[in-house]
Amino acid sequence: MGVQGWTFLIVGLTFALYIFIAIRSRAGSTGEFYVAGKHVPPLANGMATAADWMSAASFIGMAGLISFMGADGSVYLMGWTGGYVLLALLIAPYLRKFGRYTVPDFMGARYYSQLARQVAVICAIFVSFTYVAGQMRGVGIVFSRFLEVDIELGVIIGMAIVFIYAVLGGMKGITYTQVAQYCILIFAYMVPAIFLSLMLANTAIPQIGLGGQVEDGTWLLDKLNGLQKDLGFDSYTDYHKPPIDIIAITACLMLGTAGLPHVIIRFFTVPRVRDARISAGWALVFIAILYTTAPAIAVFARTNLLETLKNQPAYAQAPEWFTKWEDSGLITWVDKNNDGQITYQTGKVFEEKKPSYAKDKDGAPLRGEHGQRLTTNQINDSPNEVYIDRDIMVLANPEIANLPNWVIALVAAGGLAAALSTAAGLLLVISSAVSHDLLKGMIRPNISEKGELRAARLAAGGAVIVAGLLGIYPPDYVAAVVAFAFGLAASSFFPAVLMGIFFKRMNRAGAISGMLVGIMFTAGYIIYFKFINTDPDANEYWLFGISPEGIGVIGMLLNFIVAIIICCITKAPPQDVQDLVDEIRAPE
Amino acid sequence: MSTDVPTDTDQKREAYFRSNVVCIVCLLAIWAFVSFGCGILLAPWLNQWTFFGSGYPLGFWFAQQGAIYVFVILIFIYVLIMNGLDRRYSNQEPR
Repeated sequence: MGVQGWTFLIVGLTFALYIFIAIRSRAGSTGEFYVAGKHVPPLANGMATAADWMSAASFIGMAGLISFMGADGSVYLMGWTGGYVLLALLIAPYLRKFGRYTVPDFMGARYYSQLARQVAVICAIFVSFTYVAGQMRGVGIVFSRFLEVDIELGVIIGMAIVFIYAVLGGMKGITYTQVAQYCILIFAYMVPAIFLSLMLANTAIPQIGLGGQVEDGTWLLDKLNGLQKDLGFDSYTDYHKPPIDIIAITACLMLGTAGLPHVIIRFFTVPRVRDARISAGWALVFIAILYTTAPAIAVFARTNLLETLKNQPAYAQAPEWFTKWEDSGLITWVDKNNDGQITYQTGKVFEEKKPSYAKDKDGAPLRGEHGQRLTTNQINDSPNEVYIDRDIMVLANPEIANLPNWVIALVAAGGLAAALSTAAGLLLVISSAVSHDLLKGMIRPNISEKGELRAARLAAGGAVIVAGLLGIYPPDYVAAVVAFAFGLAASSFFPAVLMGIFFKRMNRAGAISGMLVGIMFTAGYIIYFKFINTDPDANEYWLFGISPEGIGVIGMLLNFIVAIIICCITKAPPQDVQDLVDEIRAPE
Repeated sequence: MSTDVPTDTDQKREAYFRSNVVCIVCLLAIWAFVSFGCGILLAPWLNQWTFFGSGYPLGFWFAQQGAIYVFVILIFIYVLIMNGLDRRYSNQEPR
């Protein structure tokens, strides 16, 4: 059976499974819709959290990103796992003890203020939509690459599936689908990694293979460093960014992880406080399996790639995957010196970020004398002739390693599982923010249980449609706004929740002014350096040399400082709020 | 140890929370040391050695593997300690 046949079969089976689970686990009450009735066993919640957390970007993009960044890519590995320690120790158990449905619920009650709740609702909705746009796009891309349907149709199919299980089952349906999705995505991630590890380092465990030896006895990492050096790239295992920036970005990703509402909300679904702690542990175990494999894939793929291209092979003799992925636009070769050989070195091929392909008037791609696709990009004088999209590292790996067709199909199903599970978790945050915090909390406090459940379903449906539209017509700044999601979560949610638990004296005035200063500073910095001053040398003007991706840390510090000063010169919170704080700190 | 559990509810809660915070501070110190310390600031210096029996430069190993394993262990240690504290403090409510 061909790749397409396998893909239809495996993707079809997984989708049928998701719908089956959705029908089995319909939500009958708002408690079931928002927090799965608080009946989820900790191990299952850990798995669901892992699937919720690992997005299309983690599955498809991260290994590629690290592959090109080397040691500098460690910020993602440590940042996106270290946040779980903060969650388990500082956030999850207390919010579970608090025992309501949403993060804005906590803000409103702890800071006895509708304004605090509104700020939290707006942040939650903004962060979630930012994130969900990328997921829907991911669904579309996987469909278009593996099944050769339009990206738009792919997004619509993805929307339909999420619609069925998110709207029917709410958190209950999402949780059990996420458990299934985790199993599919981790299997799909590990199988090619194990094959590659066996081929390159002679061991079935990629984590060991990364530190292992290649056939002639040299260490794999030494070999890669040598290849990098020969082609003019920096050493793979050393940092090249300044340490202050590495620290800031890592910290910002950690704090943001601990403040993201779709992650926090997962810990509301377990029966007891102690279950919240241990399910954070399980979640990190399941996440760590993928996150310790990703750097191994990065090195295997990078070594394979440099091995193939180091001797400047003639285009005519290039391996099949090279031309195949050229057709889908993930590899581009520009024969600058007209020698028919592929030269891959350090440096940019052309001035633009992405290739734009030349087409004839019927829209068919134009090809050069060797059969390569021609581009209309502005060529520069760097000797490098090859553009490689980072996404290729995971998507093309099975083909580069000549793996059987069903493995390729499995990777497609895994990418879809990663994207759909994250999208569903985000949609639930949006839906509960609208129906629970906005409608019941502010507009119509005495709405009936049935009415609220209907509103929650409507809101989830509406959010699916908006998310789909964002996936079909992506704003071209999606990548830039991801920095926003983490920066905002780190500079607003995290400090406000933390002080709410550990600083009893913190009051309404302090928390709100802290959040506003944190958000305004972080958003202002990111907007300035991402949209207004896009000059590539702008990093000379970065505050302390910290990039926009890491600035949330400074935003968080400002938040703490402002909140504490304001809180000390204003009245202590009322007695019932202080009692609430005592209550969430107490043992069960 | 169980003799120093106070009997008054407020004091008990306070003692429980204090032990909790001490535990959090210690574990977060390790958390920061392995990630920001070994994984970033000390990494260039640690890279002169390799992780025993492998080709991993030590600092690189911390940044891309070791820190993550330590994070997992830290959470489970916290779970064990807190389950112990919960048992000590919650089963003896004064009646």
